[in-house]
Amino acid sequence: MRKLINIEVNGKAREVAVDVRASLLEVLRGELELTGSKKGCGVGECGACTVLMDGVAVNSCISLAVWADGRKVTTIEGVSPEPGKLSDVQQSFVDSGAVQCGFCTPGLVMAATALLGEQPSPSREEIRRGLSGNLCRCTGYSTIIDAVENVAKTRGQA
Amino acid sequence: MYDFASYTEAADIHEAVGLLCANPNARIIAGGTDVLIKLRSRDEAFVGRDFVGVTRIPGMTDIRLCDDGTIVIGAAASFAKIEGDAVIAQHLPSLAQAAGSVGGPQIRNMGTVGGNLANGATSADTASMLLACDATLVIAGAQGDTEVPLAGFHQGPGRVKLEHGQILKEIRVAKAGYEGYKGGYIKFAVRRAMDIATLGCAVMIKMDGDRIEDLRIAFGVAGPVPLRAASAEAYAKGQTLCDEVLEQIGRKCLEDTNARDSWRAAKAFRQQLISVLPGRAVRKALGGDGDA
Repeated sequence: MRKLINIEVNGKAREVAVDVRASLLEVLRGELELTGSKKGCGVGECGACTVLMDGVAVNSCISLAVWADGRKVTTIEGVSPEPGKLSDVQQSFVDSGAVQCGFCTPGLVMAATALLGEQPSPSREEIRRGLSGNLCRCTGYSTIIDAVENVAKTRGQA
Repeated sequence: MYDFASYTEAADIHEAVGLLCANPNARIIAGGTDVLIKLRSRDEAFVGRDFVGVTRIPGMTDIRLCDDGTIVIGAAASFAKIEGDAVIAQHLPSLAQAAGSVGGPQIRNMGTVGGNLANGATSADTASMLLACDATLVIAGAQGDTEVPLAGFHQGPGRVKLEHGQILKEIRVAKAGYEGYKGGYIKFAVRRAMDIATLGCAVMIKMDGDRIEDLRIAFGVAGPVPLRAASAEAYAKGQTLCDEVLEQIGRKCLEDTNARDSWRAAKAFRQQLISVLPGRAVRKALGGDGDA
């Protein structure tokens, strides 16, 4: 059973005939070839598949693609201001040494982007809470928290 | 790909009820944070079903305050919505706290309070808190809406009093449920996020000077369903609040509950929590340092 859905993906209107049983992650990675969002656990525990739906962080692995109908979806491919450039959150992850194997990074950048949208100057504790839906097995998290804190500081000075 | 048969987005509650009534294989899906996980593990109660989506039904996610002071929460309101809602923040902050203890941000953005109740889990953080608020449920069906108390809704692990064709539409907390009360919820879990309660304890307390005028205590994971501690509540009424009374309340709670062993925790540990957490939740509700 397929259904035609209209989604705005990274600022671009798309019309996609999706299988109603497909997850949003499967449609993003498969049909739309946006492979930046990762499939980790597949059950909403690791956050590697995090995308923004109407600006709100969701696990795309446990969201049906049909739920994105009529909504704006932002993936890691859509956070940079222009091709070849990084968003300030991405740049801060690089500068703070918050990337090791990198598999969790797209999800963490999306979760951090959503968090900073809601709370422009979060405390370290608030950052921990805001990123608590994302697992990282390499870094030990402290450099990731540094990265988000540094974005908030830099934006605050701008 | 999930293994179900079909998906239909209901435009309104009548359509949703109609779709359920017309098809014995139909089942409701809301935020999907529980249903899709169970589908992934091939739970036979969910595989091959015809799903009816309810989150786009107008009003289904709204939270409002009625003229008579009743707080009405649409069953498809997400945990994040409850956490950030002005009406809840003003009148029922402990519910915001309970909703904020669920999963992580992504789960709270999708998971719904109605699903938290209707999936029948004893560990549901909002279930014990709402039970302590004497919440009622508005259930839509072919014969129209009915309102039933949340107490008695849970029938057993994963089982609730909803017949095929019925949909949990609203959760209501009447003014008498919250006015003059202070609430507290303590989720005792191994991790501070992305975890299921080892034990959940919700209290609503009304003080008269230093006397307890009324106390309602509800637990999650202290039995097969979320439950109230009736004898502890009866004992508490009229007592002067002090450590000894809180300890006695904790002992009474053991009589009211039926904790069990599970891989998460031993029965003896849960019983320890049942005797200690109500006191901490009361202190937390009254503004002291009672966080678990």
